[in-house]
Amino acid sequence: MYYKTSSYRAFTAFNYVLLTIICLSCVLPLIHILAVSFSASAPANSNLVGLWPIGFNFEAYEKTLNNPNFHNALLVGLQRTVLGTVIGMSVMTLAGYALSKDTGYFKSRSIYMWYFLFTMLFSGGIVPSYMLIRELNLMNTMWALVLPLAINVFNMVLLMNFFRAVPRELEEASLIDGAGHFRTLISVYLPVSMPAIATISLFTMVMHWNSWFDGLLYISDYRKYPLSTFLQTVIVQQDFNKISPDVNELKNISQRTVKSAQIFIGTLPILLVYPFLQRYFVKGIILGAVKE
Amino acid sequence: MDNVISETATAKRTRTREKEKLSRTWPLHIMLLPAAIVTFIFAYMPMGGLVMAFQDFKPYDGLFGSKFVGWKHFEFMFQYPDSKEVIWNTLVISSFKIVFGLIVPFVFAILLNEVRKTAFKRTVQTLVYLPHFISWVILGAILTDMLSSKGIINSTLISLGFEAVPWLANGNWFRFTVIVSDIWQNFGFNTIVFLASLAGVNPSLYEAAEVDGANRWKQTVHITVPAMIPIAVVVGTLSLGNILNGGFDQIFNLYNTLVYDKGDIIDTFVYRTAILNGQYSFGTAVGLFKSVIGLILIVISYRMAYKYAGYRIF
Repeated sequence: MYYKTSSYRAFTAFNYVLLTIICLSCVLPLIHILAVSFSASAPANSNLVGLWPIGFNFEAYEKTLNNPNFHNALLVGLQRTVLGTVIGMSVMTLAGYALSKDTGYFKSRSIYMWYFLFTMLFSGGIVPSYMLIRELNLMNTMWALVLPLAINVFNMVLLMNFFRAVPRELEEASLIDGAGHFRTLISVYLPVSMPAIATISLFTMVMHWNSWFDGLLYISDYRKYPLSTFLQTVIVQQDFNKISPDVNELKNISQRTVKSAQIFIGTLPILLVYPFLQRYFVKGIILGAVKE
Repeated sequence: MDNVISETATAKRTRTREKEKLSRTWPLHIMLLPAAIVTFIFAYMPMGGLVMAFQDFKPYDGLFGSKFVGWKHFEFMFQYPDSKEVIWNTLVISSFKIVFGLIVPFVFAILLNEVRKTAFKRTVQTLVYLPHFISWVILGAILTDMLSSKGIINSTLISLGFEAVPWLANGNWFRFTVIVSDIWQNFGFNTIVFLASLAGVNPSLYEAAEVDGANRWKQTVHITVPAMIPIAVVVGTLSLGNILNGGFDQIFNLYNTLVYDKGDIIDTFVYRTAILNGQYSFGTAVGLFKSVIGLILIVISYRMAYKYAGYRIF
């Protein structure tokens, strides 16, 4: 067999080493940030911390969590994620169910499909969208963050493909027993496609949690910033004009340990849902891509 | 007798009503209504707002009160040196991202396919997909920290006797950093489709090659690689539609005034000129130019993907 030859053995050894290095490159940056966040501020500021904290303490996290602005942003970020996921999933599930019907049965299906798909191909761009939110008086509201993202066509098509995989007999039986489409969706389709719903919900949650640009664009009052936008302003742009912190807070924010703690708290929700997400998305993507 | 007839008539009527109920589709329209409305407001109405590109738009006058100026902003765009530079930067950065974004996952899938320890393979997959799900705010903050002049990367380089590299402070290095970090973020995730196409390869092909005396390298060249070519063609052509997307989220979170000449892309330029400086019409014109080219490229590349790989998305 080929894998018993010495040249293939040499390749295997090389391959394992290379793959290990690649994997490390994907996690070491996060570990470095984590190590800095738990370190004492002096070694952190003079760049002595590598992958293990020096002078282990929780001070940075205490300072971060005691910062009312951070607190606020964290809350808005969570609110936005929950509200956005609930609204988005309701809208997309309803639409995905309707679009999962055959064109023979539901004649307008292809019109709706193109109506949605076209928005993936062409868009108005940021300036008209910004003007629209202004005209609709949605500036500085949660709705400006939640409603434009309620439909993600890609996720909707994934849901549609999952629904198409539900055996036709189930639907027929339910319709013949006198259930309408709404009843069929709730009592038949939803229970059997829970894994799909869970996957797309996680996708939507991650998307909302990570969105930062809409906050920057549509929200001018920093107290209404979601966490991603807050971190973008304070850590990446280091723009303190908008946030107007007091002197004490300013001193804390500029500390490397506090910055790292904020970054890590911002990543934590993703790390928490990632194991669940990872279990499904491979299957989901392949299923969604192959079926139509 | 009469009784029997009326009974069958009632039964018939109930049956037709049941049938009607089965074939009615209005509930489906109601189900689509929220999605259709949201899409109309937040996707189609901004498209209407694109007329701004042909106006001297003033927020005070609104879309209907502003003066029409024809192609003025487009002409200005092609004369203004900054916008030409920005289009060029976008093309350079995104072409490299597209080419290496295809090659790296391709090779990585081959390497991963050679791993026979399932536990190791799983672990590798879990870890390399992770960066794809972390936002560029976080990644940008981490990278600016690690790549700064005193960051961990440069201090390691110096302690090894090299010179510090201006990763984010010199235009050319900035392009390099942007391209590499984009590949780093997404190669794992993009490997999924390649691994899927490898899972579909019939193992008897390898067995037959083995019997014929082909070594593993030959098997890879003649079985593994050809199995991935169709999907690679699809991924490659479809990514052509992205050639004017340099990656706004990434660039915006990494760039600074030092590297505008080499690192500023269309989207970041539009954001600064339109939203920050208030040149709404000019920004819209640049954005419209980008969207139209993008649309044309997507249509062409979908046609090509269909023609050469028999792949249909819609």
